[in-house]
Amino acid sequence: MTATEQSQTLVGIGVGRGIAIGRVLRMPDPLPEPATTPSTIGPDSERDRVTAALQATGADIRERGERAGGKAQEVLEAQALMADDPTLRSEIDTRIDNGATAERAVHEAFGGFRDMLVGLGGYMAERAADLDDVAQRIIARLSGVAAPGVPESDEPFVLVARDLAPADTALLDLDKVLALVTSDGGPTSHTAILAREKSITAVVGVVGARELVDGTDVVVNAGSGEVVVAPSADDVARAEQARAAQLNRASVPIGPGQLADGTAVPLLANLGSTDGIEGALAAGAEGVGLFRTEFLFLDAGSSAPTVAAQYAHYSKLLRGFSGKKVVVRALDAGADKPLPFLNDAHEENPALGLRGLRALRAAEQILRDQLTALARAASESDADLWVMAPMVSTVEETRYFVSLARELGIKTAGVMVEVPSSALLADRVLGEADFASIGTNDLTQYTLAADRMLGSVSSFQDPWHPAVLRLVGEVGRAGSAHGKSVGICGEAAADPLLAVVLVGLGATTLSMSPSAIADVRAELRQHTREQAVQLAQAALRADDARGARDAVNSLVAELASS
Amino acid sequence: MPERTVVVASAHGLHARPAALFTQAASKAGVPVTITKGDRGVNAASILGVISLGIDHGDEVVISVDGEGADSVLDELTELLTTDHDA
Repeated sequence: MTATEQSQTLVGIGVGRGIAIGRVLRMPDPLPEPATTPSTIGPDSERDRVTAALQATGADIRERGERAGGKAQEVLEAQALMADDPTLRSEIDTRIDNGATAERAVHEAFGGFRDMLVGLGGYMAERAADLDDVAQRIIARLSGVAAPGVPESDEPFVLVARDLAPADTALLDLDKVLALVTSDGGPTSHTAILAREKSITAVVGVVGARELVDGTDVVVNAGSGEVVVAPSADDVARAEQARAAQLNRASVPIGPGQLADGTAVPLLANLGSTDGIEGALAAGAEGVGLFRTEFLFLDAGSSAPTVAAQYAHYSKLLRGFSGKKVVVRALDAGADKPLPFLNDAHEENPALGLRGLRALRAAEQILRDQLTALARAASESDADLWVMAPMVSTVEETRYFVSLARELGIKTAGVMVEVPSSALLADRVLGEADFASIGTNDLTQYTLAADRMLGSVSSFQDPWHPAVLRLVGEVGRAGSAHGKSVGICGEAAADPLLAVVLVGLGATTLSMSPSAIADVRAELRQHTREQAVQLAQAALRADDARGARDAVNSLVAELASS
Repeated sequence: MPERTVVVASAHGLHARPAALFTQAASKAGVPVTITKGDRGVNAASILGVISLGIDHGDEVVISVDGEGADSVLDELTELLTTDHDA
């Protein structure tokens, strides 16, 4: 940082509330596909270039492996063997003999193996990313440019990227990453999910992040969604102070979730399988707010799992949470997560199709079996089992699900509120259901009409949007009028400050990935019930998600200084 | 050509580390080694070839060696395949 540089503030969507100070290291963009123009230097010269590039790349990967040691070394050794591979070499040579450039030949030869691995599926498909990484390194060396992939540094750094792919994050040395800043991707991008899971400070979708260069000093503030470039000494001092204050707060001991005035807000865990039970309990989860059952069905193959098989899983889950509340969601599948025995029809708009409860109703025996297995497991357990239906969009569907659940012996039956129609009619939905749980990811997707899976509209996928918050408020009001529980089980509950806003809107429990519980617990303790309501009102008055965040942040600062 | 039929012992089959160990041993042998699963045979010194066979735990494979010292090479490779490297 030099004195002549002006500090500049870039804005994006913060994930969590962390603050980090450090130097930028960019993740190089993926290389363009090598051109198909024929070689101008002839096969012999191209072969020599390939030989040199393969050797150098293999040596480079081995050297990295030796430095890394352990498991990483094994993975890297396997990658080095790929660079030495005789079958691959003959594939490359064949292409060169047909006139291709070294770059193009390497690209195509690796591509052939890559497709084969992807075709094998599962574990092998994951190895395709390793292969891509080797191919990119070889092509980079041939082209004389920096190798793409996760940068390496002995010093901790702020990683700046377009967006991170799962393969990148697997290779990322998290101990060295102070913060993540991406130019693309929204709050449900892979980067954001990783950041939330690992509690890494992150700001995603930052306009102007592409212009950041290696070595630039930055302050990354996820709470405000800001990245201060070339910060002044004052900026840095303020950030350090704020970070120290945060570290103090993070030491709130494990215990039940509650506001500063003692209002209880149970903190529950989102789980996708019984593997997560111990982790959830260790994080202090007071129960399970969302148990996804898709894995049981995805693993079962061509037919739905039997009642007996499901019963065994649910019993294991309930044993893990003896004496606690466990909310299980009935199978949530659709054309985007097709199951051959449920719905494998092609749909133009899977998000708007036969999914959730709609699909279950069309294949009612599957739902009956699941509810039967759940009721049997609950009858032998002292855990408090609640069951909810996914993607309920009408009062009639609510009635259908609740009465079927009761018939099959489920004591507490509720619905997920993910569709605006259910939120708008929450007073009537909660007249039928025992509880509601708001899935903020889908509620945001449907409210803003922005496909969650589509990167180009990811900036719309922000649960801070006042339209989404207003709908949450409807459900909260209905819950309080009926004296029924309103939970939140989307990513929104894992954003500490947004969690407070949601409580202010009437949410009575919060469910999130276990790693997010500590931060949310600490934040809740900072605000009274009355303040949470004030924060919620400030957010509702905003025009957009950004405005809502800003309004809440400044009100928090104001309340803290008064 | 001397060959041997082996049942793969590694819990996760011949992927990643076990595949790397096997490939390294095969290329050190200095003679051509082929590994066959079903009707597909590949150069055993090629990690991509070996991985592409998708060999799982308990699969039966045939290794064949062409050249001098075939038996001792077969002994070594058989031992590698019948050891559970994932244990």
